[in-house]
Amino acid sequence: MSRHLPIVAVTPFPAAAAHELKDAQLRANLGRATRTIRDKRARVVAEVPDWEELRERAARTKDEVLDRLPELLARFERAAAAAGASVHHAADAAAANAIVAELVRAQGADRVVKIKSMATQEIGLNEALAEAGITAIETDLAELIVQLADDTPSHILVPAIHYNRSQIREIFAARMPGFSAESDEPAVLAGAAREYLRRTFLSAEVAVCGANFAVAETGSLVIVESEGNGRMCLTLPGTLIAVVGVEKLLPRMADLGDFLRLLPRSSTGERMNPYTSVFTGVTPDDGPRRLHIVLLDNGRTKTAQDPVGRAALRCIRCSACLNVCPVYERTGGHAYGSVYPGPIGAILSPQLTGQDAGANSSLPFASTLCGACYDVCPVKIDIPEILVHLRQTGPKPAAERAAMATLSWVMRDRRRWRGALRAARTGAVPLRALTRRRGGTLRRAPWPVSAWTAHRDAPLPPPESFRDWWRRTHAE
Amino acid sequence: MRIALLVTCLNEALFPRAGMAVVTVLERLGHTVAFPPEQTCCGQLHANTGYAAPARELERHTEAAFAGHDVIVTPSGSCAAHLRAHTELPVYELSELLVDVLGVTDVGARFPHRVTYHPTCHGLRMLRLGDRPQRLLRAVSGLELVDLPEPEQCCGFGGTFALKNPGVSGAMLADKCANAVSTGAEYLAAADNSCLAHIGGGLARRPGAPKPVHYAEILAGTGAAA
Repeated sequence: MSRHLPIVAVTPFPAAAAHELKDAQLRANLGRATRTIRDKRARVVAEVPDWEELRERAARTKDEVLDRLPELLARFERAAAAAGASVHHAADAAAANAIVAELVRAQGADRVVKIKSMATQEIGLNEALAEAGITAIETDLAELIVQLADDTPSHILVPAIHYNRSQIREIFAARMPGFSAESDEPAVLAGAAREYLRRTFLSAEVAVCGANFAVAETGSLVIVESEGNGRMCLTLPGTLIAVVGVEKLLPRMADLGDFLRLLPRSSTGERMNPYTSVFTGVTPDDGPRRLHIVLLDNGRTKTAQDPVGRAALRCIRCSACLNVCPVYERTGGHAYGSVYPGPIGAILSPQLTGQDAGANSSLPFASTLCGACYDVCPVKIDIPEILVHLRQTGPKPAAERAAMATLSWVMRDRRRWRGALRAARTGAVPLRALTRRRGGTLRRAPWPVSAWTAHRDAPLPPPESFRDWWRRTHAE
Repeated sequence: MRIALLVTCLNEALFPRAGMAVVTVLERLGHTVAFPPEQTCCGQLHANTGYAAPARELERHTEAAFAGHDVIVTPSGSCAAHLRAHTELPVYELSELLVDVLGVTDVGARFPHRVTYHPTCHGLRMLRLGDRPQRLLRAVSGLELVDLPEPEQCCGFGGTFALKNPGVSGAMLADKCANAVSTGAEYLAAADNSCLAHIGGGLARRPGAPKPVHYAEILAGTGAAA
C-alpha cells in the first residue's frame, strides 16, 4: 500500500499557488502574521553585536557535523546507549513509522501524545500510526488546531498561521470535545485547549517527540518549546520515543550555546526560549523509564554528498526564511505541497526525495532569487545559490531547453546577436504606431509574450539601437 | 579614466537609453568610455533559469570581450552581481563606480521632479549598494526624493519567474505598484531595467502612477524626455 509522502508535492507549484492566491482571507492572515514576526525578529537580532560571528560559527559547526556524520552518529549512539536509551536506525519514512508503531504496540498502548516535531511530520507518522490503530494527539496548540481541522501545517514554526482567531474558534467549536466558549479571545481559546490537553497528558502512557539538537559527545537530546506541553510529554508518560533526523547532531555540548542564542531570535523573535529541555538517557524515578531514539536518514546521507546542496542540512527549522519570503507571504505553505514550505522547503524537499518525485522539481523555481532568505538564515544557508543549483541539475521542459540553446547560440556571436536585434526592431515598427497614444507599451500580445502581458504591459524595441547611436556619436 | 561599458543584452534589446545615459554622465565627468563590440550577454539569464553550460559559455564570451579592461561599468545591478560571482572581471554597478571609484556624488545633473527609488534585490542584497544611488539622486538639482514604503520587498520580476509563476509575480507587482502610487512621485527610479520593465509594465495600467526610469537617465539629465 502506498501512501502520499508529506514532502512530495502533487501539484506543480505555479498551479498550487494560483489556487491559494484566490483566497483573499488567507493572504490577509499571512501578510499580517509574517510582517509581525519579521519585524520582531529584526528588532531582537539587531540587539546582538556578534550576530554575524554567531552565524559563521554555527554554520561551521553544522558543516563539521556533515563532514563527520558517520563517526558522530556512532559516538552519539554509544553515549545514548550508555545512558540507558535504545537507539534505532531508520533508512526511510516507512522504516521509521514501522519502528515507532511497533514500540507503541509493545507497550500495549493505543494512544500517544506528541510534541511538535517536523521529523514526524516529514514521515507522516500520525497517519501511519492511525493505520496501525494508534491515535496520535498533537499537544502543541497550533499543531492541535491543524489536527482538529484535519488540515496540514502551512508553516514550520506556526503551522496554523493561515487561520485567524475566529476561524480557530469555529474549529474548536466543531471538533474539540467539551468546547463551548463563545469568545475568540486568544486567552479563552488557549485556556480551552489547556484543559483539554491536561486530561490527555495525565492519562498518556507513551509520548513521541523529535529533537532540535542531538549532542554526540553526551548522547543528549535537546528540545526547545514555548508552551510547556513538551515538558509534560517528556516527563509524564513512562515511554518516550524520539524521532531525530541525523543532521540534528552537534559534536559537543559546548556547541549548544550558539544555537540556543540563534534559534529563538530567528524563529519566534524572542531573546530566550521559554522551555529548553536537555535530557540524557533515563534516570530512575525521574521522567520516562524507557527512551527510544529513532535516527532518521530519509534522504539526508544522499543530500550530504552534494557539495552545493548539502548546506540545506544545516537548517535548524527556525523558519525565519519563510517569514521574509515574498513568495511564501502571498501563497502560504500549502502551495509548496510539503511540510517543509517556503525557501528552505524549496531546497530541502526536492533534495530529500530526489527531483523526480511528484512535482518537487517545480519547487526550486518558486523564487525570484531576491536573497531575503539568505540574509536572515542563522546558519548562513545560501538558499538562492542552492535554488539555482537545483534548477541547473533538475529536469526542464524540452521546448524551453531548445529555446535557451538557440538564444545562447545567437548571443555567442555579435553578428548573430545584432541580426536578431535588428529583426526585433523591424517587427516593432507597426506596433510603435499603434501604441504611441498610450506611452508606447504593449497591453495585449499573442503567445508566448501573452504570459508577460497577462499582468503587465510589454516594452517595445527602440527605434535606434545602442550600437547605431554609439557609431553615430563616437565615430573615429 | 578609461572605462569600458557593459550595456547588457536587455538594455541593448529594449532600453538603450540607460547605456547612452552612462556614457553621457561619465564623459561629462571627463572620462573616456569604451564600448567593446563583441559583448552580448553575461549569462545570468541562462544560469538562473537552470542552464549551466550555456551560461558558462556566455560568461567566457564576456570575459574575452572585456579582456584588457581595468574598469568595467554596467547600469545593471544583477548583471554586475552575476559577473562578480562567476568571473574575475572588474565590474562595477554605476553607483559603485561613481561613489567608490571616482569619489563623486554630484554629477551635475538637473531633474526638477518628484522621484521615488526602488532598491532592486541584487543591488540591495548581493552588491550591498546601500544608499549610494539615493545619495547620487539627492545631489541632482531640483530633484525631490520621496521614500518608497516597504522598499526592500522584491517587485516579483525574478527573470523567468515572472513567466513561470505569473500569479505570484502579479501579486507581488500589485503591492509594489500600490506602494509606488502612494508616494505621489512622478517617477520611480531603479538600478535595473529588468525590474523596471516589470514594474513599469504594471504602473502603465494604473492611472496617475509614477513613470519608470533608470536612475542613470536622471543622472544624465535626460530623464525628463522619458
